[in-house]
Amino acid sequence: MTYITKPKFHHPGLPKNALGYTHRDYEGSVSTLCAGCGHDSISGAIIEACFELDIEPHRVAKLSGIGCSSKTPTYFLGNSHGFNSVHGRMPSVLTGANLANRDLIYLGVSGDGDSASIGLGQFAHALRRGVNMVYIVENNGVYGLTKGQFSATADRGSKSKRGATNTDNSIDLVALALQLGATFVARSFSGDKEQMVPVIKAAIEHEGAAFIDIISPCVAFNNHMGSTKSFDYVREHNESVNRLDFITGRAPITVAYEPGSVEVVEQHDGSKLVLKKVAADYDPHDRLGAMNFLQRHAAIGQIVTGLLYVDPDPEDLHRNLNTVEPPLNSLAEAELCPGSAMLEKINASLR
Amino acid sequence: MPSSSPISSVNDFVVRFANVNGSGSASANELFARSVLRMGIPVAPRNIFPSNIQGLPTWYEVRISEAGHLGARGGTDLMVAMNPQTWEKDVAGIEPGGYLLYDSTKPMPKSKFREDISVIGVPLTAICNREYSDARQRQLFKNIMYLGTLCALLDMDVAATEQLVREQFKSKEKLIDANLHALHLGRDWALQNLQCPIRLRLRPAKAVGDRIFIEGNSAAALGAVYGGATMCAWYPITPSSSLADAFTSHCRRLRADSASKKNKFAIVQAEDELASIGMVIGAAWNGARAFTATSGPGVSLMQEFLGLAYFAEIPAVIFDVQRAGPSTGMPTRTQQCDLISCAYASHGDTKHVLLFPEDPAEAFDFAADAFDLADRLQTPIFVMLDLDIGMNHRLCRPLTWDDKRKYDRGKVMTAADLDAGKDFGRYLDVDGDGIPYRTYPGTHPTKGSFFTRGTSRDRYARYTEEGAPYADNMQRLLRKFETAKDLVPRPLQANAAKPTKYGVIYYGSTSPAMDEAIHMIETRGHSLNRLRVRAFPFHSSVTSFVADHDFVFVVEQNRDAQLRSLIVNECSIDPVRLVPILHYDGTPITARFIARAIGDHLDALKVTPLRKVVS
Repeated sequence: MTYITKPKFHHPGLPKNALGYTHRDYEGSVSTLCAGCGHDSISGAIIEACFELDIEPHRVAKLSGIGCSSKTPTYFLGNSHGFNSVHGRMPSVLTGANLANRDLIYLGVSGDGDSASIGLGQFAHALRRGVNMVYIVENNGVYGLTKGQFSATADRGSKSKRGATNTDNSIDLVALALQLGATFVARSFSGDKEQMVPVIKAAIEHEGAAFIDIISPCVAFNNHMGSTKSFDYVREHNESVNRLDFITGRAPITVAYEPGSVEVVEQHDGSKLVLKKVAADYDPHDRLGAMNFLQRHAAIGQIVTGLLYVDPDPEDLHRNLNTVEPPLNSLAEAELCPGSAMLEKINASLR
Repeated sequence: MPSSSPISSVNDFVVRFANVNGSGSASANELFARSVLRMGIPVAPRNIFPSNIQGLPTWYEVRISEAGHLGARGGTDLMVAMNPQTWEKDVAGIEPGGYLLYDSTKPMPKSKFREDISVIGVPLTAICNREYSDARQRQLFKNIMYLGTLCALLDMDVAATEQLVREQFKSKEKLIDANLHALHLGRDWALQNLQCPIRLRLRPAKAVGDRIFIEGNSAAALGAVYGGATMCAWYPITPSSSLADAFTSHCRRLRADSASKKNKFAIVQAEDELASIGMVIGAAWNGARAFTATSGPGVSLMQEFLGLAYFAEIPAVIFDVQRAGPSTGMPTRTQQCDLISCAYASHGDTKHVLLFPEDPAEAFDFAADAFDLADRLQTPIFVMLDLDIGMNHRLCRPLTWDDKRKYDRGKVMTAADLDAGKDFGRYLDVDGDGIPYRTYPGTHPTKGSFFTRGTSRDRYARYTEEGAPYADNMQRLLRKFETAKDLVPRPLQANAAKPTKYGVIYYGSTSPAMDEAIHMIETRGHSLNRLRVRAFPFHSSVTSFVADHDFVFVVEQNRDAQLRSLIVNECSIDPVRLVPILHYDGTPITARFIARAIGDHLDALKVTPLRKVVS
């Protein structure tokens, strides 16, 4: 399969956002994934989120590793620079890119093989450094491109399409992200666009390390009976803690929920997250509570989704490194080179 | 009385200190080297240290040479033996007629000494125990005391040493007085109890000039500051860690924004070398100048990413401070053993640019140049240092910078270029030099974006698995490598006074030993033309140099003649014409070694062949 051109035809009546862009301006080339793949729904949600947030597409840098999920950045934001790096190493490339230019939005797209197996180390360290990014794992519990081997997020006891049973314990990236200090942690489901879009929007506006695990069934290799990552299984076992609406500082709050079930979270940049609580006892500012809640529900086979934890005033790597406000890649000789007179002084100190 | 007559020399001998690692000897030993330097006499100190923090043996060797020979010489004229663990070996390593300075607090049996050396005992521990009550002080001031003793024995200018002590402990008055006191304790004891000076002497000279004394790693890091590096990602590994440390301290001093007090740099200690090079690639892709510092094992870990950077054409600068491999090898010993692994790093067909600085001054220059080359060529550039240059202070010419110099950011298309309608194809060879244009992320709302990938693509960066565009791209990469030959530092040739059929090729830290060896070889009646290779890919003058001689010696510090292999491979030269001279025991190569190996080879050629009997 080589490059597929997408016709640039626009329906004149397509809705436009504040920048005058339509959905089409946020799309990429035609997906080469299997028909019905959950990953394509996630790409759709990313497009929707960026459109609704009035983001200029070229201000986003999209980075990925290797695998089906890592192919998807070609299928959205065609006017953004993209970087399909090496297997499991997207987080380091993204970290470097972020340090070079703090003004862009960094969207890292990875898979469960890419992040939980080969790239578990880089996943952990990017989160603990607090890189300002949106890190999405499109989690299907299986290696698709190499034809259906278990990944490290496959649940113990789940069955492969060929009938083999997974005997290894699974890694829950959400639990790890909470432990590692990510300042925004959410889980969603590719079949639930209503939940995904506001979660992605909130993560983009979050000025710290935002991690979203999106369960995304593999229609080719992991959508059968016995799989715990199939559409049916996830629908049946999905335990949503909250429904989210995302409101930027620019727009008035138009969504109203019944009193007592709504919580408004104001983020650092003035944007607001409106959480409709499903689980009444759930507090999204309590890291320890979130970890507990997650484990309790996992023990009874429930997949907890929603915004699980958010720190409204996060620190990020640039803050910790005390870097200057202008992007480092914009600094030229005058700002960077100490010059010959200083070198003379240095020479003098070395005699 | 020694059976060999004592070595007699002014300003030309080797002093070696044998110490226990972590005993605080390093600063006293360095003070000795600097004192000699302040007297106007060139020195070349070398740390010989174990992979250990405390307790194992360590040595510090100071070669004193008014003639300016800075390579390791081999052999010891004066041994300062402060480590009982290595006593036997240290005493055995003294040249016949040499000197042994030792702590005579405990009497030693005669069998522990040698007949052919002069033995000088000073009861250092006894004096220290009398003078100091604190255990740590006893240890530290013992080191300063033997320095005082040396001042007397070698007839040194004690004022120079005193001045250095004052500079070192500037603003810590108490420490100055205490150190000066210890210095004079040692000196006075020697003057009163020993015959001073011995026949090894130091006499003030004017042979240092305006040269500076700096470690290669520090100079390279300074070159990175001057060259505009804003991002450094690294993982600790000997002998490269001090390069990242030096970059950090240089940046703190030179790169803090005066108004906001914020940093015009970002330094990340990564979780491993894979992440270091990944961060460098991400930052460079995004238009910042970025580098990592590592050693052989780190380069091994970076292989996959290096292939990506080569194929996706991303500038990256890698300082490889080489140490003896393979595997963990000898992590604190020097070698030039990563040439092949860097030149062809990664899977598939790859070739990379390598630079070979000879000393700290050139490490500074090449470090700054590496960032221009990386941006110009859009490819990884390796600066190949080694432990001998990187971790030892070396006397070298002062560092220079031309204030008119502009950074060469290479072919970067701007928003204005794109608006003007310039055709942008990320992998389009518009100038015929194999180098395409790139855009930085975020340049333009609708034009110039592209997808960077390690998979095959066409000239407009569109994914393809077709054979023709793949081959087209691989050919262009070769053209780019050809272009590099004329951009990298050229080899430097020095011809013998008399015409000769023989040549020698060498590189990097071998330089001072080679320069010295040439004279030794000449005194054996042989002439050699020299070519110092400073970069890979090789400039055409490397091929012509080999062609101009019957055969050429290739002097290297590795087992497998790696530079020779590169020359054979890349210049299509008959291997018979390149004679390997290899030194790889982890110690720095010496002039004595080179002169003996080359001299013996050339002597053998001089033997007149027997006349063939015609039947």
